[in-house]
Amino acid sequence: MKIIVCIKQVPDTTEVKLDPKTGRLIRDGVPSIINPDDKNALEEALRIRDEHEGTTVTVVSMGPPQADVAMREALAMGADEAILISGREFGGSDTWATSYIIATALKKIGDFDIILCGRQAIDGDTAQVGPQIAEQLGIPQITYVQKLTIDGNKVICERALEDGYTVVEANMPVLLTAIKELNTPRYMTPKGIYDAYKQTVRVWGFKDVPVDEAKIGLKGSPTNVNKTFSPAPKGQGEILEGADKNTVKTLVDKLVEKHLL
Amino acid sequence: MDFKLSAQQELMQQLMRSFAETEVKPLAAEIDETEQYPRATVNKMAKNGMLGINIPAEYGGAGADSLSYVIAIEELAKVCATTAIIMSAHTSLACGPLLAFGTEEQKQKYLVPLAKGEKIGAFGLTEPNAGTDSAAQQTTAVLEGDHFVLNGSKCFITNGGQADVYIIFAMTDKSKGNRGISAFIVEKDFPGFSIGKIEHKLGIRASATTELIFEDCIVPKENLLGEMNKGFKIAMHTLDGGRVGVAAQALGIAEGAFNETIKYMKERAQFGKPLAQFQGLQWMVADMKCDIESAKLLLYRAAMAKDSGKPFSMDAAMAKLRCAETAMSVTTKCVQLHGGYGYSREYPLERMMRDAKITEIYEGTSQVQKMVISGQIFK
Repeated sequence: MKIIVCIKQVPDTTEVKLDPKTGRLIRDGVPSIINPDDKNALEEALRIRDEHEGTTVTVVSMGPPQADVAMREALAMGADEAILISGREFGGSDTWATSYIIATALKKIGDFDIILCGRQAIDGDTAQVGPQIAEQLGIPQITYVQKLTIDGNKVICERALEDGYTVVEANMPVLLTAIKELNTPRYMTPKGIYDAYKQTVRVWGFKDVPVDEAKIGLKGSPTNVNKTFSPAPKGQGEILEGADKNTVKTLVDKLVEKHLL
Repeated sequence: MDFKLSAQQELMQQLMRSFAETEVKPLAAEIDETEQYPRATVNKMAKNGMLGINIPAEYGGAGADSLSYVIAIEELAKVCATTAIIMSAHTSLACGPLLAFGTEEQKQKYLVPLAKGEKIGAFGLTEPNAGTDSAAQQTTAVLEGDHFVLNGSKCFITNGGQADVYIIFAMTDKSKGNRGISAFIVEKDFPGFSIGKIEHKLGIRASATTELIFEDCIVPKENLLGEMNKGFKIAMHTLDGGRVGVAAQALGIAEGAFNETIKYMKERAQFGKPLAQFQGLQWMVADMKCDIESAKLLLYRAAMAKDSGKPFSMDAAMAKLRCAETAMSVTTKCVQLHGGYGYSREYPLERMMRDAKITEIYEGTSQVQKMVISGQIFK
C-alpha cells in the first residue's frame, strides 16, 4: 500500500494573536510545529504501515523552506520519505489554490491508495484543504475519521458526528481526514532524529509541479481576505436571580425579545 | 564560535521536552513521595530509544552527539531529577565504559541490549570506606582458573536492584593501590551477587540506591573489562562522562525551579501587585538567570569537548561544580521566592531543593571537582 500524508507547519499556539494594525498573524517568538490533527493522520499511516508489510508512508507539505524541520520531524517519527512543495509562486494561495497545487503534486507522485490529512489546521481553521484535494483528484473522501480499519481494497471508517458516529466504507484510493480521537501520535526517537537528517527532503518548486500559473498564488485565488480582526470581547450576560413567577416571566420576555423563543 | 544548537539538537530538545511534560512530570511528586522506582517510565524511555542516545547506532544506540544527550537529561531534570539520574547512570556509567573499554564481544553481549534499553545498567565503585578515596577499595577479585571470585560490598549504587548489568570495581592487587584495581561486568544473576540495604534519601527518592553484596561471586574471566589492574583509569574516565550527565541533571533542576518561580511571580500578588514587580525580587531573578546561563555554557562546552576525543576532565569538573552549585543556590532562592508555598509539598520547589543537594555530592563532591580542576592547573 502507498499512503500519502499531507501535513502543515503551523505556529505552536492555540491562541493565535493578530496584529491589530495589519490584521496579520503574529509569528514572532512563536515556535513552529506540525499541525496537531496532521500528526494524528501521520500516526495512523505509520500504524497501518507497521501492520501491513510493504506499505510506504510519504509525507507531503506545502510551505516555506523553513517547513523543512516539520518534514524532518515526520521522518523522525518514522515516515519513509518527505516532499516539500515550496516556491515563491505558490505564496498567497487560498485553500482552493493550495488544494489544486497539492492535488497536482499528488498526481505526479501517483499510485497512492490512501491520502491522510488532518481535519483542520490550528492557524487557518478552515478544514477545507483535505476535502478539496479529494475533489480535485476525483476520489472519495471520508472526513472526521475517529477509527480506521483496512479490509482488502476497502477502508472502513467511523466518521465522528457531534453526538455519535456513522460507519462509512469506501474503496481505495480514498482521502481521509483525521481527528485527535483517532490515535495518540508516537514520539520521534533520538535515532530517528539523527537518521532524518541523513535522508533527503525532496523540494518541489514551481517547475516541478505542472500547475496552471493562473490558478495559483494570490492572483489565482478566488478568496480575498479584506480584513482580519479580533472580535471585541462580549460584555457579561445578564443574570436573573430568584425562583418566583415574576422572574420566570422576565426571563421568558427577554428570550422572546431576542427571538430565542 | 557558534552558540546555536544544531537542527538535530533542537529537535531532540523538542522531543525530550514533550516527553518530560507528558510522561514524566505528572508522576514526579508521587514517586518522590512513595520512593517507587518509575519502571513504567523507564520502559517508555526504552521503547522510544532514549536509553542509548550518545551510543553509536552500530551498538544499538541513537548515534547522537554528547550535547544531544546532555539536552535530554536537562529536559528530564527540569521536571523530575529522579528520572534524569536513572538515564544518566545507565547511559554514562554503564554504557559509557563498555563503549570505551569493552571488547567487541562484550559490546555485542552487554552494550547492545543496554543501549536499546532492553536491559538497565549500573556502576559500582563507592564503598563504605572508599568514597572520594576510591583507592581504599576493599572489594577483592581473585582469579581462579576460568573465573574471578569477588568478595566485598558496594554502597550508594544508583539503579541498584533495578539494573541487569553492573560495572564493578575490585582490587586485583592490593599492594598496588590505584594500580591494583580492575573492572568487571557483573550480571544480576551471577552466583554470589545480591542486593543489600536500600537507602532512603533526602532527594531523588525514587531512584533506587542500594548496597551491592559479593559473597564468593563468580564472574567469568571474559567479563574483565579492560586490562587487569587498569580499572582505576576506567573509573576516572567513566566519571568524567558521568559528571557531564550529573551537571546536566543539576542544570535541569535549576531551570525547572526557575521556570516555576517566574510563573509564580507573575501570578502571586502581595501589597497589591505581582511579585514580579518588586525590584528586590527582580534582582534575585536576574542573578539566578546569570548563574544558570553561565553554568549552561560550561556544561555545553564540556559536552562538546567530550566528543572532540581530547581529555575533558577539567571541562567536566568545571561544568559539574558550577551546575551543582547553581542547582543548590537557585532552588534555595526559588523556595524563598515562593515563601510558605515553597516549603509546602503542594508546590514542587521543596522537592527540587532536596533533589539539588545530591548533585554537589555524587560522581565526585564539589571538593573533588576542585581537586581535579586545580590538579590540571598545577600539573
